Amino acid sequence: MHTFLTGIFFWIALSVCLIGMLVRFVLYFRGLSWQLDRVAYKAHPMHGFKGAIRSIYKWMLPFGTFGWRTQPFMAIIFFGFHMGAIFVPLFLVAHNMFLESKLGFSFFTMGAGLADFLTWTTLICAFFLILRRIALPEVRIMTNFHDYLILFISLAPFITGLLARYQVGDYSFWLNLHIFCGEVLLIAIPFTKLSHVFLFFASRAQLGMDFGIKRGGMKGTKMAW
Amino acid sequence: MPEGKYCNKTPVETPEEVNFLLSDTSGNTYYEEMESLDIDSDLLWKTIQNTFKSRLKTWLEICAHCGMCAESCFLYQVNNRDPKQVPAYKIQSTLGEIINRKGKVDNKFMRHAMEVAWAQCTCCNRCGTYCPHGIDTGIMFGYLRGLLYQQGFVPWEMKIGAGMHRTYRAQMDVTNEDFVETFEWMIEENEDEYPGLTAPVDKEGADILYTVNAREVKHYPEDLAEAAILFHIAGENWTIPSAGWEQTSLAMFAGDWAACKMQVESVYAAMERLKPKRMIGTECGHAHRATVIEGPYWAGRKDGLPPVESIHYVEWLAEALRTGKLKIDPSKRIKELVTIQDSCNYIRNQGLKDATREIISYIVEPGYFVEMSPNKEHNYCCGGGGGFNGIGIFRKQRNKALITKRDQILKTGAKLVLAPCHNCWDAIRDLEEEYNIGIRWSFLKPVIIKMLDIPDHLKPEE
Repeated sequence: MHTFLTGIFFWIALSVCLIGMLVRFVLYFRGLSWQLDRVAYKAHPMHGFKGAIRSIYKWMLPFGTFGWRTQPFMAIIFFGFHMGAIFVPLFLVAHNMFLESKLGFSFFTMGAGLADFLTWTTLICAFFLILRRIALPEVRIMTNFHDYLILFISLAPFITGLLARYQVGDYSFWLNLHIFCGEVLLIAIPFTKLSHVFLFFASRAQLGMDFGIKRGGMKGTKMAW
Repeated sequence: MPEGKYCNKTPVETPEEVNFLLSDTSGNTYYEEMESLDIDSDLLWKTIQNTFKSRLKTWLEICAHCGMCAESCFLYQVNNRDPKQVPAYKIQSTLGEIINRKGKVDNKFMRHAMEVAWAQCTCCNRCGTYCPHGIDTGIMFGYLRGLLYQQGFVPWEMKIGAGMHRTYRAQMDVTNEDFVETFEWMIEENEDEYPGLTAPVDKEGADILYTVNAREVKHYPEDLAEAAILFHIAGENWTIPSAGWEQTSLAMFAGDWAACKMQVESVYAAMERLKPKRMIGTECGHAHRATVIEGPYWAGRKDGLPPVESIHYVEWLAEALRTGKLKIDPSKRIKELVTIQDSCNYIRNQGLKDATREIISYIVEPGYFVEMSPNKEHNYCCGGGGGFNGIGIFRKQRNKALITKRDQILKTGAKLVLAPCHNCWDAIRDLEEEYNIGIRWSFLKPVIIKMLDIPDHLKPEE
């Protein structure tokens, strides 16, 4: 089982994720239409580029926008969740050792203490994100099975990872389940709302171009996000 | 039942058809007929397949249902935070459902979607600036309106408005002759006080081509006079076109994209014909949006720009005051608390916040100007945008919507509200009528004329 999960299934999961993301990213930008969207993307590339960068950058800063500042609780649990969700998978020592053995390269790695902290932060913030979905009427009304499913898919690798890390019961069982959950997550990315991990950049860039070109950028006004 | 006599899928295109639709008082029969209007699901789905592309598709798909847009929507706030007023819910439960069901929706659903599209969203685009994913629900509602219009599910007044544009190339039954005659009449009325006052018609190569809102011609002709007076005193070389003078577009509110194109092309034709250096439109928000911001795309202009540089009236005013073309007598500046309404259509949607503040700096005694909160790009809609002001069956919802602006104004303590936008001006007038908070409201033109320092040679001989 372990050989299958770290062998062929790993390659399938990684390929589906990367190729899927690439295809959808390309399709997104190819599907933009200056006339339907009413944004002259090609006529004013520099204005569009500046608007896009600004639109992405501002929203990636905690409290960088009016939106984040008006909802500080959401901002904190959002960034708390996403920091762990992005940094732990990419920079955990064990992940990078695995990466090195498979692909022959690895990223910068973080210490175990920081990884533990970020993982727990992610889980605690996720708890509040779920609580928010249940408690707030304005979120509950839209929340559906899919929203909980992707939360489950995103959290499963963290929970199983922690169980393996603290060696609760059978280590190799949790490790295998952890790897499996991580690979399911990779496969789910291009096909579910998890596509936002890359389409976030596309969508933000598009609205940024809209503001950078049509809605004030060419008048010299930068959108006060 | 298929198509009704009044309510159907066919656009209104002649004076007779306009009058026929108008003859149905308050659209009573129109809305009765709407209850049995068929949906052409094949056409609906085909239209969606042709026009529902990357941007909109991705917006609907990646919406995280996080509800961060809720608080950004003044209609959510003012309707006791009803979760059904959350922007994301509103669009997912209407446009989202039409897509999910591949256009196979029933009459009741379409009438509900019509109410959501015109009475629960003013297309102010504020939510778009509060969504982490950059999802602009206002744009999606514009798209939904187009689908609903195509199927005949459009408020009576909007159908008439779009029909007016198709028939008269104006939002009201104002002909080109009416326009020129009214302008000339206004000049006659004022030429004693302002010797040499003219309104040059169809002058080629002028510095400024001036375009208006048909309401001014029909209901507020003094606005035309004021525009002429200000250009005259500023010494501008300006002209009005005998055709293509209407800058507004109720067709945009209606979602009648073909009529939007016809309307804006009439203005662009005037630009091509008269070759002015610049076009300046009156103090109207949606008119500027229709002709300058969105119009180039309807007309198929790949650079997204009108044929000649086109600016909003507030940009010209700021420039004329800055360069000294218009001089203000400091003793006549406003010396009472005053606030300004930022129009969504040219502040949030074209970044002209500094122009209006610059004007304020010349015409208000320091210390008397109070900002609304929030303001500039983050200001709330007046409460009547996107056609909401003009739709009879949604008047109750509109009046409730005015409460946000009422409370914003009350908080400033100002009794005078400057509203350089026709829609905002109307909404503020209506909120005063509805709630009697004791305020006055005004466009900029009349306020500025009263405080001008007029050069001696332009004054009448004693």
